[in-house]
Amino acid sequence: MRVSQISVFLENRTGRLAEVTGILSDANINIRALAVADTSDFGILRLIVDNNDKAEKVLKDSGFSVGKTNVIAIEVEDRPGGLHRILSLLTGAGINVEYMYSMVTRRNDNAVMIFRFDNTDNALKMLEANGIPVINGSKVHDM
Amino acid sequence: MILDVGFETMPREDLEQVQMRRLQATLERAYYNVPFYRAQFDKNSILPSDIKSIADLQKLPFTAKQDLRDNYPFGMFAVPMDNVVRIHASSGTTGKPTVVGYTARDIRTWSELMARALAAGGATRGDIIHNAYGYGLFTGGLGVHYGAEKLGASVIPVSGGNTKRQIVLMKDFGPTILTATPSYALHLSEAALEMGESFEHFKFKFGIFGAEPWSEKMRGELEEKLFLTAVDIYGLSEVMGPGVAMECHEAKKGLHIFEDHFIPEIINPDTGEVLPYGETGELVFTSITKEAFPVIRYRTRDITSLNPEPCICGRTHIRMNRVSGRTDDMLIIRGVNVFPSQIESVLMEFKGIEPHYQLIVDRKDNLDVLTVLVEVGEKLFSDEVKVLQDEERNISKNIKEYLGVSATVRLVEPKSIARSEGKAVRVIDHRKI
Repeated sequence: MRVSQISVFLENRTGRLAEVTGILSDANINIRALAVADTSDFGILRLIVDNNDKAEKVLKDSGFSVGKTNVIAIEVEDRPGGLHRILSLLTGAGINVEYMYSMVTRRNDNAVMIFRFDNTDNALKMLEANGIPVINGSKVHDM
Repeated sequence: MILDVGFETMPREDLEQVQMRRLQATLERAYYNVPFYRAQFDKNSILPSDIKSIADLQKLPFTAKQDLRDNYPFGMFAVPMDNVVRIHASSGTTGKPTVVGYTARDIRTWSELMARALAAGGATRGDIIHNAYGYGLFTGGLGVHYGAEKLGASVIPVSGGNTKRQIVLMKDFGPTILTATPSYALHLSEAALEMGESFEHFKFKFGIFGAEPWSEKMRGELEEKLFLTAVDIYGLSEVMGPGVAMECHEAKKGLHIFEDHFIPEIINPDTGEVLPYGETGELVFTSITKEAFPVIRYRTRDITSLNPEPCICGRTHIRMNRVSGRTDDMLIIRGVNVFPSQIESVLMEFKGIEPHYQLIVDRKDNLDVLTVLVEVGEKLFSDEVKVLQDEERNISKNIKEYLGVSATVRLVEPKSIARSEGKAVRVIDHRKI
C-alpha cells in the first residue's frame, strides 16, 4: 500500500532546487509530486518520482543527502469537506499527520494526496475500515 | 602609581639574582614533587642543580597544554591537596578542563600582582572598580577581585552578563575603573546609549581590558566611546591568571611582565630555539614563586615579542608587545578559550554526525558570534523539519554546557564546507580586531 518517497536536504540558497530538478531531468526521471518544507536556513525537498532507485542514485552521486520514507497516497473526494472528513477520522483515532501534500494528477475524479503519519499501520487500518481508497504504491509512481 | 617600588623598579642585575634564587627553588620543588617534571628532567639527564644561570633554562624541555591534560586533574600539583586552597579551570575537551591550583601563599602572590597591575593601570585605593570579568572557574573575575581588595579599592563584583543591570549600577554607584573584556566593554557602551545613558556622564577614568586579543585601533574606539584611558592586561590560568603582565597607563606601550615572579622567553615555535629581544615568536613562561602549580617553560601559544627598552613609568620589568596571534588554532570567543577539536568532540557525541564541520566567528554589535556549520550526512538526515531542528538545538545546548560558549548551529549540505587539499577548513574568523 505504501508509496516510496525520496527526500533531499537542501540549504536555503538560490539555485539549489533547480540543481535537483536539473539532475532528475538529465536522468529522464519524471516528478509525480513535490513539496518543500523549509526553515530560515535549510529545506527538505520531498519527491514522488517514477523511478525511485535511479533518482536516489543520481542524487547521491551528485553529493546530496537522500532519505527514503514510506508515505501513503489517499484518494480525497474533490468536493467541499472531502479532506475534512478524512482528517476528522484521523484526529478521532489519535493519529497525527506529520506532513501532507497533493499530487497533480487525479484518479477516479478524486484528488490524490500524500500523507505521512506518526503511526502508519494504525492509519491504514482506520482508512480501510472507513472505506477510504488508499492507492497502491506501484500505481502511484506511474500515475 | 608603582605599588611595589622595590621590586618593580629593581635594577636588572639585582632582579636576575632574585630570579635565579627563585628559579632554583622552583625547579627543586617541581623535580621532587611532580612526577611529570621529574621524568622530563631524567629523560634529558638534567638535575635542578645543573641550572646555574637564567640562560641555562634553555636546557630544559618545554611544557605544553597537552602535558597538563595528560595529568588531569591534579597530577601537576606540587603540594598535597591539604595545602591547596583554590582550584580554577579553563574549558577543555568535553568535560576535561585544564586544572590549576593555588596555595594560600599563591593566592596572596596573585592578589599582590593583580594589585600591582591595577595600580599600573591607574587604580588607587580611592577608586571604585566595576569588575565585569566572569566569576567562577575562569580566573578573570576572582583574580581582579582579590587584586582590587588588596589594593584597597572598592570592588563591585558584577561579573559578566545582565548588561542592563550593569548600566544601572554604573550610573548609580559611579565606578571609576572598568575591568572587562574589550569586546564586552564596547557592548556596554552601546547598551548604555540604547538605554538613553552615555559613558560621557559616568565617572570612569581607566579601563583595564584583557582576556582576549585587541588592537591599537580598538584602543582608540574604547577611549572614544567609553571616555576613559584604555590599558591592556595579560595573563593565563596555567601561569597564574590575570596579572602576569600589565601595561602602564603612563606609556601605554607594551605590558610589563612581573619578572620577579615569571621568566619570559620568546621561541621559534617550529624549532624551539630561543629568539633574541625584539624578535617575534611564541611566548614561554617559567613561574618562579608559585607553590601549588609551578610551570617550567610553559608554551603559551601566544605570539608576541619582548622589549627591554627602559620605560617612562620607571618600571624595570621587560615589556611584551600586544599578543598578535596564536601558534595553534585556539579561538577566544567572548573571553572563552575554544579549540575546534573541543567542538568536534561535542559533535562526535551525536549519532550520525560526520566530522565535517566549520566554525565561523563574527563580531556583531561588538560581541563575538560563533556559528557552527555541520554537514548533514545520510545518517543525520530526516525528512522531518522538527527532527533536524531538534538536532541543531541539542548540539548548540551541548556546546554551551561543555564549553560555556553560545553557538548557533546550522545544518548544511554534504561537501558544502570548503576543503583545501582534501582537508576541511575548520575556522573562518571574520572578526577585524
